[in-house]
Amino acid sequence: MSGLPDPRIPAGPIADAWQRTKEGLPLISPLRKGQIDVLVVGTGLAGASAAATLAQQGYRVTVLSFHDSPRRAHSVAAQGGINAARSVAVDGDSVSRLFTDTLKGGDFRARESGCQRLAEISSGIIDQCVAQGVPFAREYGGSLATRSFGGALVSRTFYARGQTGQQLLYGAYQALMRQVELGRVRLLTRRDVLELITVDGVARGVVARHLLSGALEIHTARTVLLCTGGYSNVYFLSTNALKSNASAIWRAHRKGALFANPCFTQIHPTCIPSGDAFQSKLTLMSESLRNDGRIWLPLETGDQRSAEDIPEQERDYFLERLYPSYGNMAPRDVASRRARELCNAGRGVGPGGLSVFLDLTDAIKTEGREAIAARYGNLMKMYERISGDDPYRKPMRIYPAPHYTMGGLWVDYQLMSSIPGLFVLGEANYSEHGANRLGASALMQGLADGYFIAPSTVTAWLAGNAAPDVTPDHSACREALESTLRRIETMLGSGGTTPVDSFHRELGAVMIDSCGISRDAEGLRDGLSQVEALEKRFHGEVRVPGEAAGPNAELEKALRVSDFFGLAQLMLRDALAREESCGAHFREEHQSPEGEARRDDVNFAHIAAWEHQDGAEPIRHSETLQFTALQPSTRSYR
Amino acid sequence: MKITLRIWRQPAADQPGRYERHGLADVSPDVSLLEALDQLNEQLISAGERPVSFEHDCREGICGSCGFLVNGQAHGPRIATSVCQLYLREFEDGAELTLEPWRAKAFPAIQDLMVDRSALDRLIAAGGYCSTGTGQAPDGNALPVGRDQATSAFSTATCIGCGACVASCRNASASLFVAAKLAHLGQLPQGQPERASRAKAMQDQMVTEGFGSCSSHLECEAACPQEISADWISWMHRERRG
Repeated sequence: MSGLPDPRIPAGPIADAWQRTKEGLPLISPLRKGQIDVLVVGTGLAGASAAATLAQQGYRVTVLSFHDSPRRAHSVAAQGGINAARSVAVDGDSVSRLFTDTLKGGDFRARESGCQRLAEISSGIIDQCVAQGVPFAREYGGSLATRSFGGALVSRTFYARGQTGQQLLYGAYQALMRQVELGRVRLLTRRDVLELITVDGVARGVVARHLLSGALEIHTARTVLLCTGGYSNVYFLSTNALKSNASAIWRAHRKGALFANPCFTQIHPTCIPSGDAFQSKLTLMSESLRNDGRIWLPLETGDQRSAEDIPEQERDYFLERLYPSYGNMAPRDVASRRARELCNAGRGVGPGGLSVFLDLTDAIKTEGREAIAARYGNLMKMYERISGDDPYRKPMRIYPAPHYTMGGLWVDYQLMSSIPGLFVLGEANYSEHGANRLGASALMQGLADGYFIAPSTVTAWLAGNAAPDVTPDHSACREALESTLRRIETMLGSGGTTPVDSFHRELGAVMIDSCGISRDAEGLRDGLSQVEALEKRFHGEVRVPGEAAGPNAELEKALRVSDFFGLAQLMLRDALAREESCGAHFREEHQSPEGEARRDDVNFAHIAAWEHQDGAEPIRHSETLQFTALQPSTRSYR
Repeated sequence: MKITLRIWRQPAADQPGRYERHGLADVSPDVSLLEALDQLNEQLISAGERPVSFEHDCREGICGSCGFLVNGQAHGPRIATSVCQLYLREFEDGAELTLEPWRAKAFPAIQDLMVDRSALDRLIAAGGYCSTGTGQAPDGNALPVGRDQATSAFSTATCIGCGACVASCRNASASLFVAAKLAHLGQLPQGQPERASRAKAMQDQMVTEGFGSCSSHLECEAACPQEISADWISWMHRERRG
């Protein structure tokens, strides 16, 4: 492949550009759709909503899920809410304000046309979910309730207590199960997608491993949709579910799909910190706690006293001190960076000095315990279960953790990757969040892609690209199957003695250190050589017990972690090449004397899109970003 | 601390199972029970033995993947807590914990602590939805839903589909699971058009799948990590008559 495909950005003014585009897209007769196979990988918000909608249109849809049930997809864990611009409120919210916030929030590293489309679609998503029976919070009069979120100045976040992702996912899951019952969707659970099949450069199927029988299967279709989520598990300890893997997008990348801005990864400031070496994940605590909680550290380095013994004058409420106007509500990346700097300087509290206090004492004093319990009861319980401490009596301890990945497979305006016929939706793609995602925007994007965008653009592609059916005995299918088989045999035959998790933990430690909250060239280069060495050791020293047949969780992990090595190296390369600080990507070399990020719009106002090369370093392409509706401005939260 | 795990090991559904004892001599009370199983598995792998199979994913109590009996109790002794959120500090130093899989006719065994719960998906497919398609939605504010009504519907919609209610029921009934879904949709205006047919279809499917009937022992409510009330089961039975 040479260079970057046309991103197909609509010409003309961006307002209504999506409407104009949609009206110009070709259609397929409903009768003919019944003879067209569509393959959807993943059943989170993006996958379930896309599959249900494509099936409703009449396509023959096959859905592959890693889990035992589509309802397990990690969208289920999203807590806070879903943004939508509905001009019913009186606080002045509008499509253009949501557009502005999204583009600014992403620090001008996303396409403005995509941000505009997302804002336009947002309101309809809420209607769609309500119709499915999603029990959003309501006002006493019966209308939909909203709250403000993540530093936004308007109240546009719709929610279902602290379980919004769960409720939206169940809405999409139920819509999907309805199509299963109607016979329009073939649902195949417990399948791990390990390879993409392309025929004449066009995506035509996947190789999947059946996680119970161990059998390798070939699934072919006219088009493939990857809706497989993000890759924060590269960091080992993250807020992601343990089985959230990036194999499908990584294998597609190796087959030619460009990977965009892999270094844009978001660190969430309010997570329950790591306690033990065997801790397997970090649990997120909704950011809403920062509305009432005050974040502080002891003034003295190495102060080991318990929080209640530290008098007021010996405490440093550092966010309030540094950001008088935003205080504890400073944006995610800023809050995370300040916490890390102070902990690295020896000011941190808790095991290993790797946490800061989030203190609700003042709020409990002024509003009473009950008011706080009503607002955060489920979070307080969760914290108590995990840490063993009572957050009503003692300040909570929190620390930043890898959370969401803005980077992903490069897609054009129609959500198609650089491989024709391969569409990528939701967190798996690189789209509207730029270098940093706004709170409550992930759910909005996943559902916009699945319910409203892909069903139109996939149809348009199918209408213009008729092709004969590919059967599993096609040479491309056989080759993909055989190479996967060899990969599994090699993995099982590796004569080492060390379990996979041990390598994954090491990889995570390198990545959080060199490519986490803040990055610098020396650390990134060092990280790159460490990951290369670790990958070599992995292939020589890992032990994957058991056989290819039957359930084998260690084999699943080994395949996943072997992909993470490649992905980690691409993240490091990308972070090294992006010589600026923007959004969640903070390069130590590029900051003002006050420690604020310095973006470089002259050299880096583009999307970096990486092309894989077998046995050679990847090639970095760039797609220049044009801003017509809003000119780039500098973020300031001081 | 020190703990002993007495674990049900069964290589496959068609092979016999047995309990196997494994000790963890020096484990932190601040790890979860699943993390203790991770540690045990690393030891087993290094020793060249087959690791223990168990379902898990989010490890924060929301995905519903995990679940097995701990000393005979679904998800273990702590109320409103799925097993991934159960920490060793809940147990005494030197404790022995018996871990065994959900046992129900409708949940065929797979391996060790894993069972097949796809019957729950088929219950949803039988009618656990509003038959609306994408793009056919009216304005979300067109149908007002009172705050209390929305809250009550939400509390039943929080079911995570873990199957603890089935596993703790002497009849292996899925009544609480079905009642929760019927109550979620049946309390909202969007769910009204199909309310009666949904109630019939889902309860019929429950019989087809081999789940038992409810005989009001209320163990389901006690085991439910989301604390869904068994009162909804009586509500469900009235729906069937209605």
